[in-house]
Amino acid sequence: MAKTLFNNFDFMGLRKPAMILSSVLLLVAVFSLFTMKLNVGIDFTGGSIIEVGYLQAVELEPIRNALEAEGFGDAIVQHFGSASEVLIRLVPEEGKDKAELSSQIIGLLEAASETDIDVRRVDFVGPQVGEELTEDGGLAVLYALIAILVYVAFRFEYRFSLGAVAALVHDVVITLGVFSVLQLDFDLSVLAAILAVIGYSLNDTIVVFDRVRENFRKIRKKTSIEVVNMSINQTISRTLMTSLTTLLVLLSLSFLGGEVIHAFSTALIIGVVVGTYSSIYVATTTALALGISRSDLLLPEKEGEDLAGP
Amino acid sequence: MVNRYAPWRYILLILVVVIGALYAAPNLYGEDPALQITHRVNLVDEGELNNIKSLLEAGGIEYRSAELDGNNVLVRFASEDAQLRAATQVRDALHANDRRYSVALNLAPATPDWLSAFNALPMYLGLDLRGGVHFLMEVDMESAIEKSLERVAGEFRTFMREEKLRYNAVQSDQQKIRVRFSSAEGRDAARLVLEEEFRDYLFADTSDDRSWFIEISYNAAALEEERRAAIEQNISTLKNRVNELGVAEPVIQRQGDERVVVQLPGVQDTVRAKEILGATATLEFRLVHGSFTDWSAAQASGKAPIGTRLYLQSNGDPVLLKRSVIVTGDQIVGAASGIDQQSGSPDVTITMNAKGADRMAEITRDNIGKPMGVVFIEDKFEFREVDGVRQRIRTTESQVINVATIRDQLSKRFHITGLDSTREARDLALLLRAGALRAPMVIVEERTVGPSLGQENIDRGFLSVVVGFILVLVFMAVYYKVFGLVANLALSLNLVLMVAILSLFQATLTLPGIAGIVLTVGMAVDANVLIFERIREELRVGNTPQAAIYAGYEKAFGTIADANITTFIAAIVLFGFGTGPIQGFAVTLMIGIVSSMFTAIFGTRAVINLIYGRKQVSRLAI
Repeated sequence: MAKTLFNNFDFMGLRKPAMILSSVLLLVAVFSLFTMKLNVGIDFTGGSIIEVGYLQAVELEPIRNALEAEGFGDAIVQHFGSASEVLIRLVPEEGKDKAELSSQIIGLLEAASETDIDVRRVDFVGPQVGEELTEDGGLAVLYALIAILVYVAFRFEYRFSLGAVAALVHDVVITLGVFSVLQLDFDLSVLAAILAVIGYSLNDTIVVFDRVRENFRKIRKKTSIEVVNMSINQTISRTLMTSLTTLLVLLSLSFLGGEVIHAFSTALIIGVVVGTYSSIYVATTTALALGISRSDLLLPEKEGEDLAGP
Repeated sequence: MVNRYAPWRYILLILVVVIGALYAAPNLYGEDPALQITHRVNLVDEGELNNIKSLLEAGGIEYRSAELDGNNVLVRFASEDAQLRAATQVRDALHANDRRYSVALNLAPATPDWLSAFNALPMYLGLDLRGGVHFLMEVDMESAIEKSLERVAGEFRTFMREEKLRYNAVQSDQQKIRVRFSSAEGRDAARLVLEEEFRDYLFADTSDDRSWFIEISYNAAALEEERRAAIEQNISTLKNRVNELGVAEPVIQRQGDERVVVQLPGVQDTVRAKEILGATATLEFRLVHGSFTDWSAAQASGKAPIGTRLYLQSNGDPVLLKRSVIVTGDQIVGAASGIDQQSGSPDVTITMNAKGADRMAEITRDNIGKPMGVVFIEDKFEFREVDGVRQRIRTTESQVINVATIRDQLSKRFHITGLDSTREARDLALLLRAGALRAPMVIVEERTVGPSLGQENIDRGFLSVVVGFILVLVFMAVYYKVFGLVANLALSLNLVLMVAILSLFQATLTLPGIAGIVLTVGMAVDANVLIFERIREELRVGNTPQAAIYAGYEKAFGTIADANITTFIAAIVLFGFGTGPIQGFAVTLMIGIVSSMFTAIFGTRAVINLIYGRKQVSRLAI
């Protein structure tokens, strides 16, 4: 037997509380982004990361002391993954941002350790490359939004287009906000995840819009709010199902994919949850607030008929 | 009403399944540790293959196979241990006679022959999965222009002397050449002639209270040409150096106007790789001026006599060398490190080209009994913040590594000593063989992944794909019953197709690429969820099962297309603006969108029609 999750739930009745919730989240996110900023990794700031593996668990203090003795007092030394793996992070500093630095540090670590060490990963990003990445990354998000705005306006209507973009900005800002509040590492893979969130949230929004458009064209007697409510009820089980399957996969990535993918999957998990919510509340509410109605979505009359005749 | 698909649609589907499986299959076979042996000049042949085979057999090293593969010999091993032992053995034996052999560690796809016959190859694993080094190197264009103007200054000097144009001095000054004249008339006359002769330059007049100058710089086209030449020559030098290091399947590619990407899979000693690639070291040979007392006096006063330059030796003592150079590193065609028979210290045997050899012979013949100095020159860089602007500062370190008395006339081949260690001798020989960089390069980005982390990334990536995939399969089967199982078939085919397309294009699989595959798996069910929810709706409003299936697919199609096209647009933008790893992610996303549209709509419909389409059904298991 076919089942449904919601039959006739008054989603739009909760419009006001949802708007307040979104506004509060956005304010907190923006406030945090301005005050605490993002904990951006070396991909954007430039610097070096060196990950080494020891044969057994190691204490961090002797490593710190060894580095300090050679003038690397400001290096951040921490365990990574397990007690036998160590991550060393060097912030860029004048005259100290060269690729050769990592070689020097590896030499120091080898000298300080009694056993062999395994160099697992070295990342060095020059300051200039970091700046370019920040710029290119920001531009990528901006161009993606513009391209989407144009496509949706062309396929639907400009009010839907603005609704879709409002939902995307909402999702991106809140996801960034969570990264800022929790001070999670923001690296290149997280930027990729943010862009994937845009794609995903958009997918969701378009499905809802598609149904709203269909219902507007089909049903004459209902108010705009009623039509939107009905459309959301009809699509909600699909929205939740898809989010759920995507989340299953993301959780698997997050727990099993290893440290490198961890930040990426965290960003996507936040994005998918926020994106699911926003395609129900932010996108449609914005379109409604802009005054979308049945007459805006009717199929254009066939112009040829008017022009025909003598 | 019945739902039927024409036979050709089933044939198409079966074809896609078979071809997809065929091209995805090589990925199941993994890779063998292997050695790749090439010769820099000659093609390797059957004789060399047999030679290598007998070398391995003599050393008691078991190998899986040895074959001629294009220009190289490929030997496969069962274990990495055997591979490493064989590498040392073969390298030592081959280098004893000819140092131009390159013996590189490699991972060779273990694809069976019947699959290779279809050109089916496994995906290429990225550096983050197989381990290796990725460098982004930037050519210092300012130095490149500066150096080339230094060379050009000589041409101007010679030309003006020949044309009897009276000038005071020609100096290269950073990005231009300044020619000084003692009168405005002399300058104007010279400028007319020079402008006529040298078309590639811009000329400008300046003056101060005593002298008149022409400032000469490259015009836009010549500047462009110089930059292009600088990066191209650097790329060819880098290629030589990488060959010397013995790396299999290296990537050395130009990126933009000033940068070069260097990827070295499987390189273990990254520190050395970094030193060798970025090294700007070269040699110069000059005659020594005066004696130790002159040198100390010059050091004390800080003034070197005219025509000489003050250097330091490796022991810290000063030495004066003549300004005119006998030969430079560019004229060296061969170099090999070894041990000096007399002193027992490391040495480098140098072979000059004809021009260098002639000049060396001429100078040494006239100067027997006099000392000659070998200068080791290296450019170093530093970034410094000056008034908020980042500036690169070049410092050139020159050191005299050896001062020796010329005992005999030197010509084509000779030894130099005075090196600190055998390693230094080996690296210097390598750099001299590979040639100098036309302009210095700095590493602006490095990504090194050790082999252990690479394997771990593969294992973890694979595990997360499998677990995520199974979770989705279970969930779909529980929630949509028979339709869910059909969707699962489509999902599996989608995964096979993605792997097949990535293999067919020989795309590089990276960790973000795996994430892209996993994410696509999660999102690929979306199309099926949309269709199935529609079918449920149609059933709820009282349609017959056949009509519900028909309407479900029909109505969901527009929505699926719209949603996927917008995601596709986002992926294109990602690809356009992203760099390496992000592009990998974007490509998998795009392939996933296309293949999921095919499998989720066309594929499931075919199977559903087969199950329900041909008969009267009262209810659907959905």
